[in-house]
Amino acid sequence: MYGFEAMTFNIHGGYLEAIVRGHRAGLLTAADYNNLCQCETLDDIKMHLSATEYGPYLQNEPSPLHTTTIVEKCTLKLVDEYKHMLCQATEPLSTFLEYITYGHMIDNVVLIVTGTLHERDVQELLEKCHPLGMFDSIATLAVAQNMRELYRLVLVDTPLAPYFSECITSEDLDDMNIEIMRNTLYKAYLEDFYKFCQKLGGATAEIMSDLLSFEADRRAVNITINSIGTELTRDDRRKLYSNFGLLYPYGHEELAVCEDIDQVRSAMEKYPPYQSIFSKLSYGESQMLDKAFYEEEVKRLCLAFEQQFHYGVFFAYMRLREQEIRNLMWISECVAQNQKSRVHDSVVFIF
Amino acid sequence: MAGTSMVADSSSWSTALVKISPYTFSAIGIAIAIGVSVLGAAWGIYITGSSLIGAAIKAPRITSKNLISVIFCEAVAIYGVIVAIILQTKLESVPSSQIYAAESLRAGYAIFASGIIVGFANLVCGLCVGIIGSSCALSDAQNSSLFVKILVIEIFGSALGLFGVIVVTMYVETCLELFSPDDDLLNEK
Repeated sequence: MYGFEAMTFNIHGGYLEAIVRGHRAGLLTAADYNNLCQCETLDDIKMHLSATEYGPYLQNEPSPLHTTTIVEKCTLKLVDEYKHMLCQATEPLSTFLEYITYGHMIDNVVLIVTGTLHERDVQELLEKCHPLGMFDSIATLAVAQNMRELYRLVLVDTPLAPYFSECITSEDLDDMNIEIMRNTLYKAYLEDFYKFCQKLGGATAEIMSDLLSFEADRRAVNITINSIGTELTRDDRRKLYSNFGLLYPYGHEELAVCEDIDQVRSAMEKYPPYQSIFSKLSYGESQMLDKAFYEEEVKRLCLAFEQQFHYGVFFAYMRLREQEIRNLMWISECVAQNQKSRVHDSVVFIF
Repeated sequence: MAGTSMVADSSSWSTALVKISPYTFSAIGIAIAIGVSVLGAAWGIYITGSSLIGAAIKAPRITSKNLISVIFCEAVAIYGVIVAIILQTKLESVPSSQIYAAESLRAGYAIFASGIIVGFANLVCGLCVGIIGSSCALSDAQNSSLFVKILVIEIFGSALGLFGVIVVTMYVETCLELFSPDDDLLNEK
């Protein structure tokens, strides 16, 4: 019954919801970002971050810092918090929390397969993988030659197994096929997650369907823009769009036939939420589109915290942390490369 | 007998209900008064308590102030105990010929109704205060100026249990004053 979750949610989820809201209070604010943007060196950044919750993670790093170290330690903090919550959670919250990481698993799989294709060393690739998406047999991915082997050797034992039914072919893995595989897996994952949230019902279903629809629509737009001018046919493109979201099905029909950015813009401007995003960009420009999408996503994620007694706060917190880590990476890179004028190009303030 | 004169068919539901002894009704009423009140209080306390514990990890300052929410929930259980004690002092034994007399039935039904009134009023009051207390703890952890404002909402919520107690107190006084030990019916054998 929608509206009466308040009576029973706290039995299993009350403690963890309070913990995740406490973590949210520790996200960096606009004042912190302003301080960080004015840093001259990476050591200044480390000093500013030591006053925030990242302090214990960065204080033991030796002095010539690299941007990858900062990002790695911040990600480590996120992973520690996630693991703490996961081990305290019961069903169905534990399944929900695991669903949040499948996207990272897909990215890791694609990273290793692409890296192997380009003759990189497996150990080096494993270090670049996102820690939230690690699973046991991940190193075996380097052995596979085509998708069928990939599935049979490694992925059948992972949670990603059911997402593979749509993309098992005997084709060899090359760059184009890997991207198609990534998008097909992600489409299956989003639809599965969406169905799971609908099954949970109540406030979780409502809030998560809004957030996941936005994600599906954003991926549809990105797939369209990235495949303009490539050999991807319209039918193949249509197969990569998820079957839920604001754009389904009529927006997908229009996007499938788009050949340049302006056609994408005219297709999207029929939908009010996306019209406001596209109106921020001038004609013919697509660099700021990523930032505009991130800003819209952050706005929706912050709104998820307005309601109590649902699981959407966990998803929203993980995404906001990832956005914060992206911000820190951008700021560190700008500072390290002495391009501080470009710092504000890609930092999305959360508060 | 007063009950069976109302109906023609001796095997109807109304006869069955009337034949239930008023002792049963009053005992069940007292059980509901205390049992359901305590259920409401416990429900409210666990809703508040789990959020309070989790929120206090990052913001330890909230613990002492937010115990007020737990105390409001506890008060609901105390109302239930008080009313149960009042009700059970109204129990009297009557000679077996008077068990189905009108006054005995009235007393039995009055105690049953009082039990239901106070039990369910306290159940919803405990739930209400518990949910508000949970939100209060989480909001206080983020912004301490919100605590007093949410506390006002909680005070209004806790008045609901008090309404039940007031109605029951007046009800048992007016309904049972007719049935005093000096009554002629009791002396008559």
